[in-house]
Amino acid sequence: MNKDRPDRTPESEERRAVLGKMASATFAGLMLSGVLARAQDAAPQKTPIPARPFKGSSDANQDVLIRMQGELERAMQKPINERRWGMVIDMRKCTGCASCTVGCVMENKLPPGVVYRPVIDEEKGTYPNVTRTFLPRPCMQCETPACTPVCPVGATWKGADGIVVIDYDVCIGCRYCITACPYQARTFDFGQHWTDNAAKGEDGALALKSARAYQDPPNFEYGKEWKRREGIIPKSPVGNTRKCTFCAHRLKVGMLPMCVSTCVGRATFFGDLNDPKALVSELAGMANATQLKPEAGTHPNVYYLV
Amino acid sequence: MKQYAKIIWALWIILALVGGYGLIERLVTGHQLATYSSYVPWGMWVAAYIFFVGLSSGSFLLASLYYVFKITRLERIARLSLFTAGVTIIMALVTVGLDLGRMEKAVSVFYRPHFTSLITWEVWLYTAYLILVIMALKYAVRKKLKKLDPQVTKDDDQRLKRLMTYGIPLVIAFTGAGGALFGTISARAAWHTSLYPVIFIVGALLSGVALMTFMAWAFCDNHDESWHELLQFLGKLVLGLICIELILEWAEFSIPLWYGVGSEAELVKFVLFGPFWYVFWLVRILLGAVLPLYLLMGKKDAKSIGIASFLVAVTYFAVRLNLVIPAQVTPELRGLEHAYLDPIGNHLSFHYLPSFFEWQVLMGVVALGMALFYFGQRYLSLMQTLNNREVSR
Ligand code: SF4
Ligand code: SF4
Repeated sequence: MNKDRPDRTPESEERRAVLGKMASATFAGLMLSGVLARAQDAAPQKTPIPARPFKGSSDANQDVLIRMQGELERAMQKPINERRWGMVIDMRKCTGCASCTVGCVMENKLPPGVVYRPVIDEEKGTYPNVTRTFLPRPCMQCETPACTPVCPVGATWKGADGIVVIDYDVCIGCRYCITACPYQARTFDFGQHWTDNAAKGEDGALALKSARAYQDPPNFEYGKEWKRREGIIPKSPVGNTRKCTFCAHRLKVGMLPMCVSTCVGRATFFGDLNDPKALVSELAGMANATQLKPEAGTHPNVYYLV
Repeated sequence: MKQYAKIIWALWIILALVGGYGLIERLVTGHQLATYSSYVPWGMWVAAYIFFVGLSSGSFLLASLYYVFKITRLERIARLSLFTAGVTIIMALVTVGLDLGRMEKAVSVFYRPHFTSLITWEVWLYTAYLILVIMALKYAVRKKLKKLDPQVTKDDDQRLKRLMTYGIPLVIAFTGAGGALFGTISARAAWHTSLYPVIFIVGALLSGVALMTFMAWAFCDNHDESWHELLQFLGKLVLGLICIELILEWAEFSIPLWYGVGSEAELVKFVLFGPFWYVFWLVRILLGAVLPLYLLMGKKDAKSIGIASFLVAVTYFAVRLNLVIPAQVTPELRGLEHAYLDPIGNHLSFHYLPSFFEWQVLMGVVALGMALFYFGQRYLSLMQTLNNREVSR
């Protein structure tokens, strides 16, 4: 990019320093949520969720995020098998900004090639009569998942709270479950890194430094510390299948899934579908609530408002 | 055969070098150099695996025609068939093992099996089968290698017959289950057909018998009367199996395509008229069916039968590729192909063309298979039996 620039000027040095600081600050910020989740997870009993004015409330006039936060905390008081996590995505409000995708990538430290919540951008009609719809696609956490019975080693199953999980320590990476999901919600960790083939040239080192600050620290999916690494015997989750878990590690510590928090359009709703007063239950019961591919027989726990 | 020895050696050395390098790359870089993706998660290695399994089942069933059903004109080829069954199942297991994300954990299918999964069933059945083939080979071979007490020979024959008899349902079970492994996946419209277990069994017979017919033609120097009879018999078998297979394939393709509506019709159109149309029309139909049929129904001499069988056996790989790949190349949700990309390795793509690395690994597996054959012909007197050059029992 800067090949034609003869020498580094003081300005360019300064710019690099500023960029470097920005990069560290940004990554620190991005990492914060994951680190926080881990820190709280380390001693879950001893770290009560701080009291908040909205705790446990279901006030229809509140901001939806505040309301859902309260409902989440209420649900967490119940025994695990009485919760049924669900999500409602309002396609009329989704702006297609992909903040949820990016938030998810950051939270779960997803490497290239792994994605839990892509936003499908569909253009309909012919110019000038064109419309666009956006469809974020997390894992549907199906009631009857097609992906779990196919696993040869029982590495993936539906948990008591309805979240479909994968045990990275057990998964052999056969990818049968990937073929079985009607929503293509599972991806394989090929062991790639964001720094592979990364920027070269003058700013290459800085770019690498910034990217490594993101890619090298562990992720905390399932409340465990995962330091992925390629090799003859790779370190999980390299070589494993991966999927969205509704940020189960965040839920454990009373935090909403990352995509819900980062949704700019307030278009993603989350909560306990077993709680009739919860916002998600209200929304999922609306006449315009639909599920993706109901004919697949998987009974998704993700609803779309159309 | 002998005049080709140098060519075969040269071929083997090339395969072993190129393939060996591929195998090392596979160990060091994992799956990064492969072009299969999260959207086309099963690529050429899976197709090769079911291809090798088919060759194994077919050659085993052919051997059982002699050992169980006493079709004596197959005697010359029976032991080589049994050995081929062993070699090709090993090739299949190595290929699918290399396809796993975490090879080192593969044994967990034994100590923590999950029997709702057809992969679990397959692994268990293959293991039982491999043990059975090794035991059967022991009884089939040892009497030829050293002089045994007549009573031991008799016992061996009985044991062999018993093993081969048990082997028949076992082979039918795992071959059919191979079809079911795909057929049960309701998410993939093109796979989800009850026809697959049947197609897999017929396809296994066809490819396995064709391979053995080719070997009977190519590796035998003693072209006596019984050899000609053997080839004529095998030629008819291959001919019949091609016809049955074509009927099944007609059913498989014509039903979704007939009215031309629906996602399955699109997938069949992809196979027939998509970017890889030549795999179906040129490799599968022309080289795999039309030409062999012409050769088998025309002159019917040994050479025609040998070449026809070679074509059938090799091009059957195209059938396997067409079974595994096209079912995965259309997004289950329209637009997913553009939703999020992988800028590093393009592993979020619906386009699939095997990379050179994938071919390399496959070459390595073929070199391994050839090495095992060399071992067999060197130490297990397989070729002497084929050449009818041993003291008859
Ligand atoms: S959406 Fe796919 S991965 Fe998620 S539970 Fe359903 S079948 Fe499994
Ligand atoms: S990829 Fe892993 S989780 Fe999926 S079926 Fe195979 S072993 Fe199970």
